[in-house]
Amino acid sequence: MNSLIGKNEISDTLADFFIQPNGATWANNIRSEALVAFNDFGVPTKRDEYWKYTNPQKLTMIPTEPAALFSNDEPPMFESIDRVKIVFVDGILDLSQSDDLILEGATIETLVDATSKDIHWAKDLFGSLEKNGQKPVKRPLAALNTAMAAEGLVIRITDKCKKPLAIRYIHNSETSDALVHNIIKIESNAQFTLLESGAGAARFNSVLEVDVADNADFHHVRTQGRDHERKTVTHIFGRLGKESIFKSFTMTVNGTLTRNDAVLEFTGDNARATVAGATAGDGESFHHDDTVFITHDAVNCESRQVFKKVLRNGATGVFQGKILVKADAQKTDGYQISQGLLLDDNSNFLAKPELEIYADDVACSHGSTVGAIDEDAIFYLVSRGVPRKQAQDMLVLAFLAEAIDEIDSNDLADDINDRLAAWMNRR
Amino acid sequence: MLKIENLQASVDDKSILKGLNLNVKSGEVHAIMGPNGSGKSTTSYVLAGKDGYNVTAGSAELNGENLLDMDPEERAAAGLFLAFQYPVEIPGVGNMTFLRTAVNAQRKARGEKELTAGKFLKIVREKAKSLKIDAEMLKRPVNVGFSGGEKKRNEILQMAMLEPKMCVLDETDSGLDVDAMKLVAEGVNALRDGKRSFLVITHYQRLLDHIKPDVVHIMANGKIIKTGGPELALEVEQNGYADILAEVA
Repeated sequence: MNSLIGKNEISDTLADFFIQPNGATWANNIRSEALVAFNDFGVPTKRDEYWKYTNPQKLTMIPTEPAALFSNDEPPMFESIDRVKIVFVDGILDLSQSDDLILEGATIETLVDATSKDIHWAKDLFGSLEKNGQKPVKRPLAALNTAMAAEGLVIRITDKCKKPLAIRYIHNSETSDALVHNIIKIESNAQFTLLESGAGAARFNSVLEVDVADNADFHHVRTQGRDHERKTVTHIFGRLGKESIFKSFTMTVNGTLTRNDAVLEFTGDNARATVAGATAGDGESFHHDDTVFITHDAVNCESRQVFKKVLRNGATGVFQGKILVKADAQKTDGYQISQGLLLDDNSNFLAKPELEIYADDVACSHGSTVGAIDEDAIFYLVSRGVPRKQAQDMLVLAFLAEAIDEIDSNDLADDINDRLAAWMNRR
Repeated sequence: MLKIENLQASVDDKSILKGLNLNVKSGEVHAIMGPNGSGKSTTSYVLAGKDGYNVTAGSAELNGENLLDMDPEERAAAGLFLAFQYPVEIPGVGNMTFLRTAVNAQRKARGEKELTAGKFLKIVREKAKSLKIDAEMLKRPVNVGFSGGEKKRNEILQMAMLEPKMCVLDETDSGLDVDAMKLVAEGVNALRDGKRSFLVITHYQRLLDHIKPDVVHIMANGKIIKTGGPELALEVEQNGYADILAEVA
């Protein structure tokens, strides 16, 4: 059973291309239902409203375009952090490179194991947040993932975890086409930090479903790998209970096509969520899209969307962010900022901020700007003796800082900052 | 120290400097006064090398080196410092990081060893203290949320840290109340060591009560029209520029 490498024959549809994993009846049922949904939706095309700025063709074509392996000269992310490490190679769990699946305060299982058990708590979570997240906007590639992904982790957090779990996705085959589906259930008062890094595969489709119960905290820091030719589509589906915290940050550099969807729903009062991203793109082949949908369906919740993209040499950045405030979600505080910094005239930043508000006592603000580097600031720095290139790098990092600041851990934020600083000199 | 001969410059094809001559010797303080639009600030930007300020004729030398051939950062490393009339706010860049980057960039350009973090911190704290700049202000992003007085004191702090040979102060008194101006002037005076030179650009004589000039120039229509001692500044204070402009015309 291997859903990760496509069948040898060229298939007519993406659904035929993968093999549906076979597990326990409940899992098979969820997967079959997701497959029906996917077939019903069809693959996304440029005609779909939320794919207007991003051509999904590279994410849907069969087989995938190969992606050259990227020899990396920098140490892997999160190496210096005390964590439990788990490695996937081209979307397949590699236990030989991983630590034992043991983390105090957590139970960690593989998706293969969890979905083969006749009775498992994951039955109520697997695919359910993804399914909820299909309304009102269809996300076919997430449904495909639920239907076809055999690999992933099933994690239950019962306490405050002292160490983060770090998943490293290694891209090791030029033609790998991988689906990974992770499920995390964080119980009341528990805390968990997930770190993810790496390109994962030539084409990488990941879904992360996170259920954060009352008073629980979830922290997520992700970097998507420097491979220039990778194609990536990710979906994060989050449900937030009362007084919970959900914070997700993603750093993206390079890659041919990246589409990151985050779909969050507040179901309990007084919860807080942040989705943030710092992106650096270079060259016409770079296309990066953040699409966020946050639904406020509880009282006095706060959501923040903070996205910063630095683009040069014809790179394209896209942001589509929506805040939906339902009628009963009074005292909502919604904040959304998306900014593009274009280092030349050839680069593009496309933004579609949306607010849809049915409650009358809310504070929602959004801002979207695109601009060039501030020449007055450059002159100020060079007049103090800072070389022009260094001055520009300082201003680029300063621009990205607002997104990086959303990471709670200073160590992680510093690491991300250093990676971006290094990127500017060598991509 | 600073030798400017027949300097002509334009902005957007509009001629602003029309044959400026100036010779500031080592250790001297020169003041340039003049009405609005006479080219005072343009002079400072041309010397510092701002884009868009095009030199069309003449020369400017710092200790015999041709300033006009250098990039702005090279001019700074050679010892030129411009205290801005309107210091730029730079969100996201910490004041301390900025200062340290600037100091070390200049040291590197001059082939000197970079300052260690500890040594730098010690020096900056000492100099900040004398300018009444508190630790909190050093941590904030460059000039962001600073009051007018804080911005100008921050300029003087940078000057003190960078130890330039030639300081150009562009209307450093603008937007300052009397107390703030005194504090800034004290900061400048503390840097007068008999070798360092200053070019103080100002509208008003007030600042020159606190920073005593050796030579005062009156600038109008892109050139120096009159040069004298400190008494010239007093004359302007009493009678305005009209008399001098009429006298020269």
